[in-house]
Amino acid sequence: MNRAAPLGGRIFTPRFNVLLALGGLAIAILIWRFIVGLGPTTGMNDGYPWGVWIAFDVVTGTAIACGGYAMALMVYIFNKGQYHKLVRPALLTTALGYSVAGASVFVDIGRWWNAWKVPSFFWAWNFNSALLEVALCIMSYIIVAWIELSPSFLPKRFVVYLEKALPFLIALGILLPTMHQSSLGSLMMVAVTKVHPLWHSQLLPLLFLISVIGMGYAGAVLEATVSGRVFRLESETHLLSKIGKAVSFCYLAFLVLRVGGLALNGFPGFGANGMSLLFLAELALFAVPAWLLLDEQRMRNPGQLFLAAMLAILAGAVYRFDVYLVAFDPGSNWHYFPSIPEMLVTIGFVSLEIAAYTLAVKLFPILSPARSTP
Amino acid sequence: MDRRNLLKVIFAGGAAAALPAAARNQRTAAPDSVGMLFDSTYCIGCKACVVACREAQGLAPEPKDGMHDVQTELDGQTKNVIKLWKDEKNPAVFAYVKQQCMHCIDPGCVSVCMLGALKKTAAGPVTYDKDTCIGCRYCQVACPFNVPKFQWSSPTPQIVKCDLCQSRIARGATQPACTEVCPRKAVIYGKRADLLEEAHRRLAAHPSFYVDKVYGEDDLGGTSVLYLASVPFTKLGFPEKGKRSGPSITESVQHGVYQGFLTPAILYAGLAAVVIRNRKKDKEADE
Repeated sequence: MNRAAPLGGRIFTPRFNVLLALGGLAIAILIWRFIVGLGPTTGMNDGYPWGVWIAFDVVTGTAIACGGYAMALMVYIFNKGQYHKLVRPALLTTALGYSVAGASVFVDIGRWWNAWKVPSFFWAWNFNSALLEVALCIMSYIIVAWIELSPSFLPKRFVVYLEKALPFLIALGILLPTMHQSSLGSLMMVAVTKVHPLWHSQLLPLLFLISVIGMGYAGAVLEATVSGRVFRLESETHLLSKIGKAVSFCYLAFLVLRVGGLALNGFPGFGANGMSLLFLAELALFAVPAWLLLDEQRMRNPGQLFLAAMLAILAGAVYRFDVYLVAFDPGSNWHYFPSIPEMLVTIGFVSLEIAAYTLAVKLFPILSPARSTP
Repeated sequence: MDRRNLLKVIFAGGAAAALPAAARNQRTAAPDSVGMLFDSTYCIGCKACVVACREAQGLAPEPKDGMHDVQTELDGQTKNVIKLWKDEKNPAVFAYVKQQCMHCIDPGCVSVCMLGALKKTAAGPVTYDKDTCIGCRYCQVACPFNVPKFQWSSPTPQIVKCDLCQSRIARGATQPACTEVCPRKAVIYGKRADLLEEAHRRLAAHPSFYVDKVYGEDDLGGTSVLYLASVPFTKLGFPEKGKRSGPSITESVQHGVYQGFLTPAILYAGLAAVVIRNRKKDKEADE
């Protein structure tokens, strides 16, 4: 009775059309970007060569979309089979979120016509580059995530073959995010003179990894509460409140490492300044959802759970923005704020992602509808 | 049972990650590698080097007012600039500084470049190959001196930076354009070891005149372009953040964790084993 099934229903709802329109606007802006270059269309510059397309779409976007990774860990490694029905929708978010990240990278890189060389020029691979590892892992993971999801949209006879390979794919689907999500933290380690000492640390890869697992669970909770409400599904709060607890554990571990690592070095750069204030605010932002989500009883309330999961996502997102943009200081003459077209592209990409999600759950067996769907 | 298996996986992976070796030392300058020495106290700010660089590199001037090519920063068309620093309180105190690629001994840009478009040659210069560059701009993030520049207003942008006139020297020139034209010999070209010796000779001869430091001797792992000045180097825009290069930190952590590919391989084998076991148990439970 908890079988996943297509939800059906009208596809071109007003909401869906608005999302498509926002996506269309992004594509129009991108045509302009490919004609005139990145300078006139974005706020990026030589001091801040990476903007929101990297810090949000790739670094934060894939983290929020890590539900597929986090739930796979829970179900296949910790063997908590009761969460199985949450894996498929989480995987859909993952496949879509990572595809959006891939698209964002493609429009962000200046010499995109050389992009195919990254996976194919293996003799030129520079294994010192954390970005090469991120690039290869993310490319592979996009493929793995779609294959893992394929039983929900491929005909049965293909699925039989897939069944045998599935454990190896699942293991790959856990290994790859472990690698690239930690490497997203390693990426900024090389900028020793630019990243503020309260954020620059050799623990960056570990901090990114632990927080991304928390964000993945929070993303899965958020996705399940929102789709449950929008598509009027059977309530899953008893399961979700337990997953919320996993977010808590990850964030508590994160806080211990984050503060402990800095304490060992005597909190370099801490004092009466704005960055120290931001650092404290960031800690609070992690501590609040960690504390809220610890209380399983209270989290049975869908409204409270939604709010706490939102806060958890926000904490992880702010941390990533800080490492990549706010705590990144290339020198006093440089400033960055995303341009309006730049933000519209990000908004458009996220809109298309949401549109694709609603389309997929209506056409394919992703979610488990209640017995009496209206 | 499953938890014990998981612990095994984590321990195996962790043990691999904790193996020693891999921690990488900083690179040292190749014995005969070349570089430049810029002595700020010799420079009169004539910018002959800026013009010569444009000509040698085929970079069009950028007259912002329609008449004068007064470039104040490196950019997508400028590989060399002269900057002026003035003491706000005492206008009599000022210094010129030349900015171009520092040709680091352990360059961040080279360490992070995915397909090796940026390379550190044994001779000293850091060179760029546009054919393996995808324009990701990680080199810009990694460079502590903000040297590599991107052509933001081009649909087919490249990374632009000084390569110590490699193409010019390949055609038979004995030195880069900037050092050749400098009327005051404020910037000179030669073997880094000789330049370092010359810099220390000047420091010793006029100790009260200079700040007692050769910038680039060992800053951030050392650079092939060395600087002398009479004002603090931070005023001239140079980061004074220790002797450790960025890559020596990153690569130690990255290779330390990965151990060639041993850690991911063990982790993968362990994960696959746990997944297969758990699924088998599930099936048995179903039956």
